[in-house]
Amino acid sequence: MSYLAKSPWLIHYDGSSCNGCDIEVLACLTPMYDVERFGIINTGNPKHADILAITGSVNEQNIPIIKNIYDQMLEPKVVIAIGICATSGGIFRECYNVQGGVDQVIPVDVYIPGCAARPESIIDGVVKGLGVLEEKYKKYGKKR
Amino acid sequence: MTTTAITAIIVILYLIGAPILGGILAGLDRIITARMQGRYGPPVWQPFYDVLKLMSKEKAAVNKTQNFYVFCFLLFMIFTGAVFFAGGDLLLVLFALTLASIFLVLGAFSSNSPYSFIGAERELIQTMAYEPMVLITAAGMYLATKSFFVADIAAFSTPLIYYLPGIFIGFVYILTIKFRKSPFDLSTSHHAHQELVKGLTTEFSGPTLAMIEIAHWYENIFLLGIVYLFFAFNPLLGVIVALLTYFLEILIDNSNARVTWQLTMKSAWIVAATLGMANLIIVFFKLSV
Repeated sequence: MSYLAKSPWLIHYDGSSCNGCDIEVLACLTPMYDVERFGIINTGNPKHADILAITGSVNEQNIPIIKNIYDQMLEPKVVIAIGICATSGGIFRECYNVQGGVDQVIPVDVYIPGCAARPESIIDGVVKGLGVLEEKYKKYGKKR
Repeated sequence: MTTTAITAIIVILYLIGAPILGGILAGLDRIITARMQGRYGPPVWQPFYDVLKLMSKEKAAVNKTQNFYVFCFLLFMIFTGAVFFAGGDLLLVLFALTLASIFLVLGAFSSNSPYSFIGAERELIQTMAYEPMVLITAAGMYLATKSFFVADIAAFSTPLIYYLPGIFIGFVYILTIKFRKSPFDLSTSHHAHQELVKGLTTEFSGPTLAMIEIAHWYENIFLLGIVYLFFAFNPLLGVIVALLTYFLEILIDNSNARVTWQLTMKSAWIVAATLGMANLIIVFFKLSV
């Protein structure tokens, strides 16, 4: 048993989002939803974070940044794609500069659809991510 | 039982009890802060969950010396509190405290990250801001009790606050810097802030960050111990005042915006020069004439 599920720290990266999902991610921190109840903290530092939440589709210029953030995070870590754009590219899928969803660049563990994804579904997705985090910890523990 | 045996028991109690008590205080802090902001807040054990989680993360360091510096920070912070609660020399305690914070600064300076670098510089400025008041506190306690030993100061019959009201207010003022609370949380904050406000701890991660957290718990208990000294004539009153001071710091934290380092520096030195020095001079003449 680890304490990862009780204290998930989150880093949020905005790909080429329209800011709709970003606002909903931040709405989770407000008194209305208060994710700190579950120990979830929005850090700005990949080295402190356990969960990488990405909103918006991925364009060419996002790729090195997303990879950089992902590489700086310590094991075990989980990636969550928030909103339909981060999941598959959404309505921007056919754009000449858009690669598609986040899974084109790094492995994604949880997909949260919606345009914009509602705070309830974001919290639900993060909680699903905690299960994945726990599994990864077990695997990682064996490797260590 | 001999006094040595009693001292040994107190030190062992401190070594085990301080992180537990400090963690619970940090948990209460987070709940009270959340309630002040209209939120529900995490469970009281949240700081312990955070530290245990950090312990189970991957070990990573940006260079070979970084973890050594952080370990020294923890070690000297524990040493500071241990000498204090053993009733040792107050000057040794305060210089060990400074040494501990310098080790943390060295740890932050040892990486090439600009956030970490500026965070370390700001921490040095903060140290410069609070250090005069800390030394005046020690000097004031000596003038009043004619001893630098914490055991003698605690056993002093007259209430210390009666001699040192100005120094007490000045010390509470710089406590805001030491507790890393707004408006003086320049180098790093204990809240979930980002980038520069978390500057000092940018390059620390996993178990190293857990060590810093634990060191802060030790530090907080030690600092509240100094607040207790002012009211040591009545132990119950001392503990109540220490807890009230902590509550006051949380209130200040939640009702103030962060100020610039210039204002931090100026205001801390002005407080030290007026409240601190004036009190020191008055006590000097009152007790020597």
